[in-house]
Amino acid sequence: MAIGVKVMQRPERQVSYVRATLKGMALTFKHMFEPRVTMQYPEQKSTTGWSLSQRWRGTHRMLTDEQGRSKCVACGLCPQICPANCIKLVPGEDEQGNRYPLIYEIDEFRCIFCGYCQEVCPEEAIHVGVHFENSEYSRGRFVYDLERLQSQTHAVSTLWDPSDPKGE
Amino acid sequence: MTPELKGFLLLSVLKMLFVFTVVMIGVALLTLMERKVSAWMQNRLGPNRVGWAGLLQPAADGVKNILKEETSPALANRWLFTLAPAMSFIPALLLSAVIPFAAPLPVEFDFTLGPLGRFAHHGLMPMVVADVPVGFLFVLAISSMGVYGVALAGWSSNSKYALLGGLRASAQMISYEVAMGLSLIPVLLMSGNVGFDSIIRQQQAGLWYVLPLFLSFFVFLVSGFAETNRLPFDLPEAESELIAGYHTEYSAMKFSFFFIAEYANVVTVCAMVTTLFFGGWDIPGRWDEQGGVLQTLATGGFFFLKLMFWIFFVMWIRWTLPRFRYDQLMALGWKVLMPLALVYIMVISTAIYLIEHVAGITDPKLSSLALFGVNVVLGLLVFGLLDSGVFIKGSSRRQPASEVVG
Repeated sequence: MAIGVKVMQRPERQVSYVRATLKGMALTFKHMFEPRVTMQYPEQKSTTGWSLSQRWRGTHRMLTDEQGRSKCVACGLCPQICPANCIKLVPGEDEQGNRYPLIYEIDEFRCIFCGYCQEVCPEEAIHVGVHFENSEYSRGRFVYDLERLQSQTHAVSTLWDPSDPKGE
Repeated sequence: MTPELKGFLLLSVLKMLFVFTVVMIGVALLTLMERKVSAWMQNRLGPNRVGWAGLLQPAADGVKNILKEETSPALANRWLFTLAPAMSFIPALLLSAVIPFAAPLPVEFDFTLGPLGRFAHHGLMPMVVADVPVGFLFVLAISSMGVYGVALAGWSSNSKYALLGGLRASAQMISYEVAMGLSLIPVLLMSGNVGFDSIIRQQQAGLWYVLPLFLSFFVFLVSGFAETNRLPFDLPEAESELIAGYHTEYSAMKFSFFFIAEYANVVTVCAMVTTLFFGGWDIPGRWDEQGGVLQTLATGGFFFLKLMFWIFFVMWIRWTLPRFRYDQLMALGWKVLMPLALVYIMVISTAIYLIEHVAGITDPKLSSLALFGVNVVLGLLVFGLLDSGVFIKGSSRRQPASEVVG
């Protein structure tokens, strides 16, 4: 048996080839004089028509308190919830019994930018950031240590709010 | 050697240098123009980083292509693989030698240059590198040589995609050459000569041939698109099916040569359209009959304007129309354009005979106008039928499985 081929019943004498071609050419010609939508990227990072969403989940930031110390209390929730297992946390304790991270490292290559660490953090210390320019010259530089996480200055993500799903 | 021969050689060398430089720089700038036009048609800006408004982009591309590694497939036929880019590049450049690009320039000199002896030139110098008497026959002959480069590139790469691309290219170029050659016969009937110079002179005396020979122009333009392998006929390098067709395996400067050849072919086809159907360097009215340097410059500029319009037109079509399916391409070539060109030859030759010998009109302007009338009627008929889809169908009829025996 041969393979069944669907036969299209094309209308004859009701179609248009020349007119359709001319219409298409008029359309492309018209487009030559329309305003350009190109954003000149390195100089221009947002336009009136487009900007990075406030809910964008990019590379992390660790927020600090007034003394410049990290807000992290080394509770261990973020490495626990992290689905990519990219957070390395070694907790420590000072003389007053305050817990703080001895080592806090995030491997940005492993990270899937789900934002769970920010959601789960009880101290609002670790955040995903509104940031996407992350180039480095070596792979090692993509493991962000605590100092690096604290020194980032970009905006932090607002994440998705279930009570305001469209971000209005 | 006589002083006149030496003068002729000197001028020829100068013209060669001029045309070669203009064509090579022009082709480089056309790649930029193509990208710019495509960008504008898609509401983008196009290349604008290298140099002012991106004008140095072709130079950057050239440097990149020269510095890139040249790869060669292990099982490729090394000789033909290296030869193929040159074989498509040389015919493409050769054609720019026979297109007259301005009105003849009066040149008078007579001087002695040390041991080389006396150089002399008197009278008009035709503004064309080689004023060949065979005219467009030369163009048809050489442009069909380009198919060797493409087919050999496809075959010698020892790659399935490249081979398919090369085969498609050769089938397509050979098919459309028939229609292209036939579409130029009415031009021959009108002018009585194949030389570009006399064709331009005839159009100066009468009307531009696009009016009395409109359908010829149409057939020539469509086959010209097919000959240069450009959209909507770019089946040989259909990206969605064949990666890059015949130049899949090429890299660096060899790949660049195919690109240069393609754009040089576009320039040639556009120059042919301009010369054969739009009066070449002719400026309408009395303006261009005064002679002298000023006339040469003005006609050269006007030729350039017409040429640029047609190059833009080619790009405009490319960024508007989608690719044909292969059977539609062949059907259009053999079942529409070739019969159309044949019937048109008969109609035009009859019409020319009737106008000249029965009606007795000998004034070139009047007889051109009479032919234009014939063309209006024919054109309405042909385009009406084309539009209603009688010639081309959206899909070729296939047998349903129930009708197939077996």
